[in-house]
Amino acid sequence: MTRPTTPIRCLAAVLSLGLFAGAALAKDTGYLFVSSENDNAVTVLDGKSFQVVKAIATGERPRDMKLSADRSQVFVIASNSERVDVIDIAKLEVVRSIDVGEDPEMFDFAKDGSRIYVSNEEDAEVSVIDVVANKVLAKIEVGEEPEGVLVGKDGSRLYVTSEVANMVHVIDTASNAILANVVVGNRPRRFADTPDGSEVWVTNELGASVTVLDAKANVVKETVTFAPKGFRSDDVTPVGITMTRDGKTAYVTLGRANHVAVVDVATRKVRDYVLVGNRAWGATLSRDESMLVVVNGLSDDISLVDTKTNKVLRSVPVGRVPHTAVIDD
Amino acid sequence: MNSRALTHLALVASLLLFALVAGAAEVVRFGYLELNEDPRYDERKAFFRTLSRPLGAPFAGAEVALRESRFVGQAIGVSFDLVRARGADAPALLAELEKLHAEGVRHFLIDAPGKVVAELASATRGRELLLFNVSAPDDALRQAQCQAHLYHTIPNHGMQADALAQFLVAKKWRNVLLLQGPRDEDKLVGAAFENSARRFGLKIVDRKDFVLSNDPRQRELGNVGLLTAGGDYDVVFVADSDGEFARSVPYDTVRPRPVVGAEGLVAEAWHWAWPRHGAPQLTSRFEKQARRHMGSADWAAWVAVKAVVEAVVRTGNAPFDKLVAYLGGEEITIDGFKGNRLYFRDWDRQLRQPLLIATHNAVIERAPLQGFLHQTNNMDTLGFDRRDSRCKP
Repeated sequence: MTRPTTPIRCLAAVLSLGLFAGAALAKDTGYLFVSSENDNAVTVLDGKSFQVVKAIATGERPRDMKLSADRSQVFVIASNSERVDVIDIAKLEVVRSIDVGEDPEMFDFAKDGSRIYVSNEEDAEVSVIDVVANKVLAKIEVGEEPEGVLVGKDGSRLYVTSEVANMVHVIDTASNAILANVVVGNRPRRFADTPDGSEVWVTNELGASVTVLDAKANVVKETVTFAPKGFRSDDVTPVGITMTRDGKTAYVTLGRANHVAVVDVATRKVRDYVLVGNRAWGATLSRDESMLVVVNGLSDDISLVDTKTNKVLRSVPVGRVPHTAVIDD
Repeated sequence: MNSRALTHLALVASLLLFALVAGAAEVVRFGYLELNEDPRYDERKAFFRTLSRPLGAPFAGAEVALRESRFVGQAIGVSFDLVRARGADAPALLAELEKLHAEGVRHFLIDAPGKVVAELASATRGRELLLFNVSAPDDALRQAQCQAHLYHTIPNHGMQADALAQFLVAKKWRNVLLLQGPRDEDKLVGAAFENSARRFGLKIVDRKDFVLSNDPRQRELGNVGLLTAGGDYDVVFVADSDGEFARSVPYDTVRPRPVVGAEGLVAEAWHWAWPRHGAPQLTSRFEKQARRHMGSADWAAWVAVKAVVEAVVRTGNAPFDKLVAYLGGEEITIDGFKGNRLYFRDWDRQLRQPLLIATHNAVIERAPLQGFLHQTNNMDTLGFDRRDSRCKP
């Protein structure tokens, strides 16, 4: 398979959607988008006042979200509607939908933006989808309950967790073949990778840890464990993770332990634990990385963390069972 | 051949293919022993879907777990297999067990009433094998009848009663009317609840025996109205292992009081309505396999296979003694899709686990309830704690 040439594909995508003008005007609105599983909506907050601007109706059970490469659109998984809804940031509404198969949860873009890789929890598959043609290009069979999906830095590797098989599948994006199955911790959830792509970090929800994978050899390199004060190990359930662009700091949300761990990537040391809301899962950095948005699934709010002081600036109520935040800043 | 059989064939074929490619792949086989006729799964009783009866034999739970294990098995060069064997009684099951043991099977799921489990366990003491009790909730199997090689993935009566007692305490429904049936099993359930009441400070204001009868000469024992008249109480606990009487108790009490125990609200290892911790995906895989809802024994069979697979994976399919040490040890993480890391109690080999407190179509709470604390693991507020254990295998 030849790789499609990026600019032409993207241009075609934008033109075919007829959104060119609108998209161009919608840059850097500052809006904060939060998907709410039980509201079938994405809540839009103003980036300064954090007041609700709008609740955008989506398909059922919206979960993972990402900005398109040109930052004009937000892609959001609507799990129970088995599709990805595309929100136009200028219009603040869903402008089209892409069918993605049964019970999708998380996804990632191919580096050229032409495809998305979606984990289908029920089918134990990863769907490869052409976002322009709205077509399933391939289905890759993986272990039960695939969840976290990450396209590696150079685009040649796709990483998928299986929550049930306790492994990370390493997949060649050119052939869609599984190159390696790496056994990690229990109930592996989500990913982050270092800027040079040499390490892939995966959170283990049971086991209070993150497994660090050597992305060249596809083996486990190290395990980082979390022990915030006052919590038994069994109550520390890491799920969300994000890394700064310089690859120095990782933020790991600890679920039931209601904290975010701030990890020094080089030394694997936990620098700080920040108290946030109930069942912290999603973690998103602002573009200048001065603020971390943590999504608290069971307290229906988000915590805004100042990354200089590691203090929560404020918590903001959003919809019911919030899942993921993205920031258009 | 239906499509499911085809998928199975394809699965087997792909595993075989893998085995050929990998050379000498090791096989870990599970034995599944059940009675020819087990009254607990009597369809004529199951049809009314009372909360205290299983919805069917739990074999499908083991099948789902086996299917989930194929990828991780491939990664470590081990394939898993499941063999089902039946017999009329304990001696017949023992003969089946011996046959399978001679073929190299070491891990046996036992789906049988408590008496049969006790006989099998006692007859296989000291052998190189493990038994997993997936459907007998009898407290005695964890106490006087316990064995070093007998593991329990189904919660016992004491755990269920403790979970409900915690719920009643949390609700401040402290005064309980206990209705108890005539069967031996009903008495076990009633006794477990009386223990829990003492443990958590509930008051059993009255205990009445019931019979399932329309005989006017026995109407004091058979009529729910008469049984529930008299002094006040906050809640009715029905100890009815059969369930046919219990199903007519809610809404038929003289006082407007909730019913728990065998109907109304129960404490179970699993409930199809549990929405968290990946449960809907498991429930849905099970429903595809069995074409019915998933219940406690189904979960117990599923998690027994999962526990062994986890030990095989993490020890690199170590020799039996080492594998057992890991399986029963403190380090293992058994993922029961109930939010907590599960592992076996070292004093009686009961799997510690949260219980789901549920109605027919909703999970109301998860026990241990918030506020019920334990010095090492809050899950040990359910059932026999170390200090309560009389298990000396």
